[in-house]
Amino acid sequence: MIFLRQLLFPLIAVIAAFIVGGILILIIGDNPIEAYRLLLGSALSWPDGIGYTLFYATPLIFTGLAVLVAFRCGLLNIGAEGQLYVAAFATAWVGISFANMTAWILLPLCFLAAILAGGVWGAIPGILKARFGSHEVINTIMLNFVAVALCSYFTQYHYKNPGPIMETTAIGGGAHIARLGRFVPGLPERIPVNVAFLLALLCCLLVYLFLWRTKWGYELRATGTNPTAAAYGGISIRKQIIIAMTISGSLAGMVGINEVLGYRYRYYDGFSDNYGFTGIAVALLGRNHPVGVVVAALLFAVLQRGGIHVDGFSEYVTKDIVQVLQGTIILFVAAEAFFSGSFNRFGLLKRAKV
Amino acid sequence: MLQVDWKYVRASRSLRTGCPRSQQMLELRNITKRFANVLANDNVNIVVKPGTIHAIVGENGAGKSTAMRIAYGFYKADSGEILIDGQVRNISTPHDAIALGVGMVHQHFMLVETMTVAENIVLGAEPGNAVALDLGKASAEIQKLSAEFKLAVNPNAVVEHLSVGQQQRVELLKALYRHARLLILDEPTAVLTPQEVEEFFAILRRMREQGKTVVIITHKLSEVLAISDEVTVMRDGKVVGQVQTKETNAAELARLMVGREVLLRVEKPDADIGVTQLSVKHLSVTHADGTKRLDNVSFEVHKGEILGIAGVEGNGQTELIEALAGLVPASQLSGEVRLEGRDVTRLDARARREIGIAHIPEDRHRRGLLLDFSLTENSILGVHYRDALVSYAGVFLNDKAIRKRADQIIAGFDVRPANQDLPARALSGGNQQKLIIGREFDLQPKLLLVSQPTRGVDIGAIEFIHRKLVALRDDGCAVLLISAELEEVTALSDRLLIIHEGRIVGDVDPKVATIEEIGLLMTGSSKH
Repeated sequence: MIFLRQLLFPLIAVIAAFIVGGILILIIGDNPIEAYRLLLGSALSWPDGIGYTLFYATPLIFTGLAVLVAFRCGLLNIGAEGQLYVAAFATAWVGISFANMTAWILLPLCFLAAILAGGVWGAIPGILKARFGSHEVINTIMLNFVAVALCSYFTQYHYKNPGPIMETTAIGGGAHIARLGRFVPGLPERIPVNVAFLLALLCCLLVYLFLWRTKWGYELRATGTNPTAAAYGGISIRKQIIIAMTISGSLAGMVGINEVLGYRYRYYDGFSDNYGFTGIAVALLGRNHPVGVVVAALLFAVLQRGGIHVDGFSEYVTKDIVQVLQGTIILFVAAEAFFSGSFNRFGLLKRAKV
Repeated sequence: MLQVDWKYVRASRSLRTGCPRSQQMLELRNITKRFANVLANDNVNIVVKPGTIHAIVGENGAGKSTAMRIAYGFYKADSGEILIDGQVRNISTPHDAIALGVGMVHQHFMLVETMTVAENIVLGAEPGNAVALDLGKASAEIQKLSAEFKLAVNPNAVVEHLSVGQQQRVELLKALYRHARLLILDEPTAVLTPQEVEEFFAILRRMREQGKTVVIITHKLSEVLAISDEVTVMRDGKVVGQVQTKETNAAELARLMVGREVLLRVEKPDADIGVTQLSVKHLSVTHADGTKRLDNVSFEVHKGEILGIAGVEGNGQTELIEALAGLVPASQLSGEVRLEGRDVTRLDARARREIGIAHIPEDRHRRGLLLDFSLTENSILGVHYRDALVSYAGVFLNDKAIRKRADQIIAGFDVRPANQDLPARALSGGNQQKLIIGREFDLQPKLLLVSQPTRGVDIGAIEFIHRKLVALRDDGCAVLLISAELEEVTALSDRLLIIHEGRIVGDVDPKVATIEEIGLLMTGSSKH
């Protein structure tokens, strides 16, 4: 019952968003059913549609998980964007600096670089909050700007690949991770979905086990739901804040693995399509649960992939409709309080209070 | 005598139809209300006479709040009628109720803390035209009402600066300002200190003198007997009795409420007092803002005794218990705390639990429970890391062991409903408290810190909790008890200290000392 209720509102939000979007498409002058058919059809076609959808979903799963872990500790990590930039650059830096090493050493080093760099960038606002009480939202936002600017600086002045594009030189071949096309028959290797997608799924499992099956996760969630009671239970709030932000940053940082080691094999300045911020929406739509995050990330990836097709093949509608749909979904999810309020009036959802 | 024959009541009424009859202020007739699978009100009949103070008592979940919320239009009854001034009325929203002169003050105040009293009172009925707000006129009227009922509330004060007692009076004013003739008060004394309760009762009596009718929902029998004219007793959604207050007594009401004989007095053998377990020397707590909340407190608690600390709330009790539990930052602390002779002053909360200090906090929602977590998850708070409850390299929670332990606590302390997977939020106050007590007793503590153990807990559970505390004492645990209920703290304690403005101002034998004597010490007047 509780499980169904958890599922109900995101589902309503998505359907409602599609209806609103459909009306909009109608006003613009296209056939909404045709537009949606294009959108879903292209996103779910084999192999290109599905391949790219999974590729787009990968960073969103990571950032969604990042936001989720922080949120479960009562923190809002708006800084996944900065964390993933720093991590991606650090990954590339290791890949470039130790380019000649054998894969057995270089690959773990690159993974470590992504996880550590993201973790450190996440830990900074965590420490600031634990030590001085300064709000993590402000600090993570500000660190986003610092991260983006730093990465651009180092790319431009130290590691730039000659040419007009703002990107670093290539990482060593040992640091490449396999694309899924190598293992899946029928999926060409030009489609960039790679092992990082499997890593993302693994992370979902790990995050679930950590949060709900270990004593550390218990402490983290207890802190998130009621810090005063957690302190009463002998849990150090400060420690939990730092731990949560570090894990959160590390998860965001793993976007670097997908981007640098599995896709471009170099750091490409400004690569992130707001993955960090979309991660907030993904976590929200996914009800801050790892399974929900995967589903939400896939949905957003479908929209993103399908949007490109809608752009090219429909008469008036552009891929901006995707933004509209995403925005509307968030709006409806956020309006849940309103929904549940009106549902409760009919006594449908809330437990009777006598 | 207790069973009211409703057929007779209605028959006699119908005989008199047509004649000018004495109208009832409020009458609920055959009200039935079902929430999902719970029958919250089962054919409820209540008659409230005008110009009286009418108490509705019952345990948590008896349906008393539901009945009154139906009268106030908060809920709609499935069947039955509401009569105001003898006429059947359709009350489907609080707005309808207010228009008919019914006001309700909820247990949790509905005030905007950053606004002034006057702004709060006019909220929703703002005087003036569409654009401008005319607070002047409202202010004057509030002043007048405040004087009439001697409420002593300044309309221009900001609500967040007011004490809880004053905020409650603002809620009363809110209802009076809307010309309420019938005031329904839901557990109004739950948040008040003994002194404030007295003041509050005086206000209620003045209201009655001015012709207002008051319905007070409560489960404290002493208050029912002190203030009301008539009592309606509810149990399991039904009215089980409506009596004149002067014709009943606490034991009888308790029996009606619970449905069996209840021991209102604590039965306890003499304490077998052992060696010193806890010794506190020159303990002070200074808040970050520089105010000294606990000032040079020294005392000892022995094995096998209950040391009570009485005092008006907010006189350093919270700080004392939290300092002993390790919840006050070291920077705010001075003095020395020893358990079994060992200096524990610098230990944190977890380390103190490890050496046998258990803590039942005063505020179970804020401190004691993770309300959105299941009973199982709540049952391990504070011991979740212990070897017995973790498996696989000491990292993963051992679900089996945890559930077994939770089962034992739930069964041993009669937590209802006994469903491990319910969130703690779904339990009544009494059952939440039993869960906490079970959890803390399971530590087999050497020292138990317990604050307000029965606040907001119904009578049946109070008796249970008191027995458990005495049993723990008899097992040789040292118990430090803080309670705002003077009766409770005198009945349970073997020794009693009185705290005032952070200092210990009295040390009395609770068997000998009178309530007046203790009350005087609590207000800071010296013994001599």
